[in-house]
Amino acid sequence: MGKIFRVNMTNLTCKVEDVPAELANLGGRAMTSSIVAAEVPPTCHPLGPNNKLVFAPGMLTGTPAANSGRMSAGAKSPLTGTIKESSAGGTSAQQFARMGIKAMIIEGQPKDDKWYRLHVTKDGVTFEDASDVKGKQNFAVIDAMNEKFGKKIGVVTIGVPGEERLAAANISVKDPDQKIRSHGRGGLGAVMGSKKVKCITIDDTGAGKVEIADPEKFRAAAKIFAKGMLDHPVTGEALPVYGTNVLINILNEAGGLPTQNFKYGACEHHDMVSGETMHDTIAKRGGKTKHGCHAGCIIQCSQEYVDEAGVYITSGFEYETVWGLGINCMIKELDDCARIDNAMDDIGIDSIEGAVLIAVAMEAGVIPWGDGKETLRVMNEEIGKCTPIGRILGNGTASVGQAFGLTRVPVVKNQGIPAYDPRSVKGIGITYATSTMGADHTAGYTIATNILKVGGYVDPLSKEGQVELSRNLQIGTTAFDSTGMCIFIAFPALDIPEVLPALVDMIAATQGTSLTVDEFMGMGASILKKEKAFNTAAGFTNEDDRLPEFFEYEPVAPHNALWDFTGAEIDEVWNF
Amino acid sequence: MKITLKLFATFRDNRFKVAEREYADNATIGTILEELGISEPELGVALINGRHVVPTDALVDGATVSLFPKVGGG
Repeated sequence: MGKIFRVNMTNLTCKVEDVPAELANLGGRAMTSSIVAAEVPPTCHPLGPNNKLVFAPGMLTGTPAANSGRMSAGAKSPLTGTIKESSAGGTSAQQFARMGIKAMIIEGQPKDDKWYRLHVTKDGVTFEDASDVKGKQNFAVIDAMNEKFGKKIGVVTIGVPGEERLAAANISVKDPDQKIRSHGRGGLGAVMGSKKVKCITIDDTGAGKVEIADPEKFRAAAKIFAKGMLDHPVTGEALPVYGTNVLINILNEAGGLPTQNFKYGACEHHDMVSGETMHDTIAKRGGKTKHGCHAGCIIQCSQEYVDEAGVYITSGFEYETVWGLGINCMIKELDDCARIDNAMDDIGIDSIEGAVLIAVAMEAGVIPWGDGKETLRVMNEEIGKCTPIGRILGNGTASVGQAFGLTRVPVVKNQGIPAYDPRSVKGIGITYATSTMGADHTAGYTIATNILKVGGYVDPLSKEGQVELSRNLQIGTTAFDSTGMCIFIAFPALDIPEVLPALVDMIAATQGTSLTVDEFMGMGASILKKEKAFNTAAGFTNEDDRLPEFFEYEPVAPHNALWDFTGAEIDEVWNF
Repeated sequence: MKITLKLFATFRDNRFKVAEREYADNATIGTILEELGISEPELGVALINGRHVVPTDALVDGATVSLFPKVGGG
């Protein structure tokens, strides 16, 4: 049976607890959101002693199920003020799962100024002095821990902006290549910093295998599941070849590519930073066009981007980051974008929030449009070192907009809007407005159906069908986010009828339950409602489920589209 | 009629990125697919002037046509 590690930073104790019955079969987002909803006072200050930071591997993490190695982190977000779950690849999830740790809850707050490293083994957590890594950025922390423990050690870390509790700070997780994956969104790095936890080291010595109650049923389902992933053209071919950045060109052609801080919906230099160009550049320079964020990934959508001499610049260089820098900030040189991406990994800033806030800073005149070199300097020297201007920027897009008196500030619940314009891709606007997480494309990825024609087709420029589409995807995504699975399994799951039942059968076989697809989706719906109830208790109302006003009066080219949903229409999302 | 034809992802392999081409007045998206040797199941998304269309839809003089295989990300 699994266990929960309860780590108290006030009195520096770790209790190893049994998993209560109501949490027994949960994982990932279902686990973190259930614990946060049950234990965190919704009105608490996110950086105060009453917030809790929860890590939980997914229901299938640690099993042989393909693409199941992701970890959820949850808390009340200092960026949005809402409940938050953010998922990451890397090695920590599988280490936790194999050690039987269903969740680790970090609560309380030290009264003094001392910084700690939490050292996790299968038996519990010890509290180590972190003064040797305090003030270091993420890659230096990983190097120091590798030197101390060897390369098998798991590392979860925050950079200086996390220590200084900036609201765009993320939590970084070491990946199988000693690089970084991130619990990116919502400022969870600031919560970790508020607990004075600089890093977490994970030594999985003595860890066993994740127990599977019905191995035969599991094997049969796993085979069907993996076949679906490889057969589907998106997960089997497009993602491995081009990575997520293949989206630049299709969003540009469809007029949904936010350009120059959401002024336009298409960008003249789009092909300079497109997935096709990135693939050709990496291939020509001898980098890696395929790469996985965790062991057991069969999609391999990541990559290693190298410079002209073949020297590593960055990895996990995703569409949203390339869009944010290359298109929304107008930084035309892909090499500059790659260096900024790496800097954001190093200092520990969410690469979506980081890119969206820089565009607003460019609009404010802090950085010239398209100036990649200055953006890199600002990342490392201002935000990375938490100078006064660095703090204004590093507290997120809304902070920058407010500091400089701007109105074109693309946020919902203070979280930066990512790479799809809600005026010309209306389904995603409904997701941005209503997600329990603030503006988050992954919370209900209508791009699949609005733009890519996966899971059917709903016209992106029409209001019809968008609310229902977003609602169904938000429920399904909440369920998927609880499994430890990569979100891209949704592409085959939407198109190939056998994939979702196979996923549910793997969970049932692992747990020894008779879980059905309907029950699995019902779990997604109930967790989503639990998150919504937390936000309501924290003071949010339907009036917070709205897009920034400028989307209603600034039409976006080339379709001259406006955001034209009424509040009552948006609120229908919650009618389930 | 004159069409600006743009190809993306694997559709570019051994073909081209963008070309100005002439088509007969009754031509459709299907006509272009046939000419390029792309089967309908291979097609992910076809756009005329940034709007989603299907293979039976007619071309319009002066339009930009964008063709993608099945792609995804996010």
